[in-house]
Amino acid sequence: MNAEEIYQILSDKFGESILGYDTELAGDTCIQIAPTAIAEVCQYLAETDTLAFDSLMCLSGVDLGVKEEELSVVYHLYAMQHRQSVVLKTSVSKTDAHLPTVSYIWKTADWHERETYDLYGILFEGHTDLRRILLPDDWEGYPLRKDYQEPDFYRGMRVPY
Amino acid sequence: MILDEKLDKNVIVTSVDAVANWARSSALWPMTFGLACCAIEFMAAAASNYDLDRFGAGVPRATPRQSDLMVISGTVTLKMATRIKRLYEQMPEPKYVISMGSCATSGGPYWQHGYHVLKGVDRIIPVDVYVPGCPPRPEALIEGLLKLQEKIKTQTVAKRTNAPFLKRLFTKTEWYEIEKAEKAEKAESAEEETETTTSEDENTENPA
Repeated sequence: MNAEEIYQILSDKFGESILGYDTELAGDTCIQIAPTAIAEVCQYLAETDTLAFDSLMCLSGVDLGVKEEELSVVYHLYAMQHRQSVVLKTSVSKTDAHLPTVSYIWKTADWHERETYDLYGILFEGHTDLRRILLPDDWEGYPLRKDYQEPDFYRGMRVPY
Repeated sequence: MILDEKLDKNVIVTSVDAVANWARSSALWPMTFGLACCAIEFMAAAASNYDLDRFGAGVPRATPRQSDLMVISGTVTLKMATRIKRLYEQMPEPKYVISMGSCATSGGPYWQHGYHVLKGVDRIIPVDVYVPGCPPRPEALIEGLLKLQEKIKTQTVAKRTNAPFLKRLFTKTEWYEIEKAEKAEKAESAEEETETTTSEDENTENPA
């Protein structure tokens, strides 16, 4: 099974929520999903026997740049029994960055979503424990956003060189 | 028994400084504490090949309350910096700090874009010896330790504030502020002098 076939299966099932797929990019072919449908699509991919994507290899955030004003989340999935991988992408606006959680489907997503929240400020709705994971709890801002401004001081310590 | 016979009737005359410095410099117990890749080199320095115990520093203590020496071995993140300061404060005096590697000294490769990195541990605690390198080899760390021993041997028990140790009682930031205040004071007094001279001039001019 290749990415195109998976795209066809998802398109038949979810219709307009599947926005397209991209073969032009280097590396894996990725399927664009509407942000509201991402959890349902993931659940379907995980629980259907013919697909059985039982492993979330990685969940990462991306800032698409100051011009686009959008944040993206990329899901790398793997099906152990079929030795098959697939990449899902979804993007949300920077001003209202909400996404449904997938942490109830794969436990791996718990910490990955916390990390994405920590560095990009994307809120995962339904996550049971959405706290910062790397930075201190009293940190202000989301440092991997392109428009992030480095603070001058943190707890009285000067930050710039 | 032989030692007793040999030393029984002898007296050694020395200064308190010499004894205290000898004791302090030859039993530097470092804290078991590592931050990044420099910690691997620190471990190598303490292990059998390089054997830090030759210099009396081979007993890394698992608590700050038993340690004399803190080796800052790696990148100091802002999150860790608050903990490092607390650990330093928990160490009993006299205490010494070696800043090991570029990261601990100046932020290293994170100096520009490391939003989470403290650019030099001397911004929060006073540092005695800086060891350059990325990471420094065990030989370099040993060199740093020997330099620290040399430095300790210049210390005096009585007048510690007069020794070059005054500087090491403060962090870099605190020291800058002290220097700034001193300069400002000097400038002020200089201004006052000029003011008095000008007023005198005026006084002399007026009657004329």
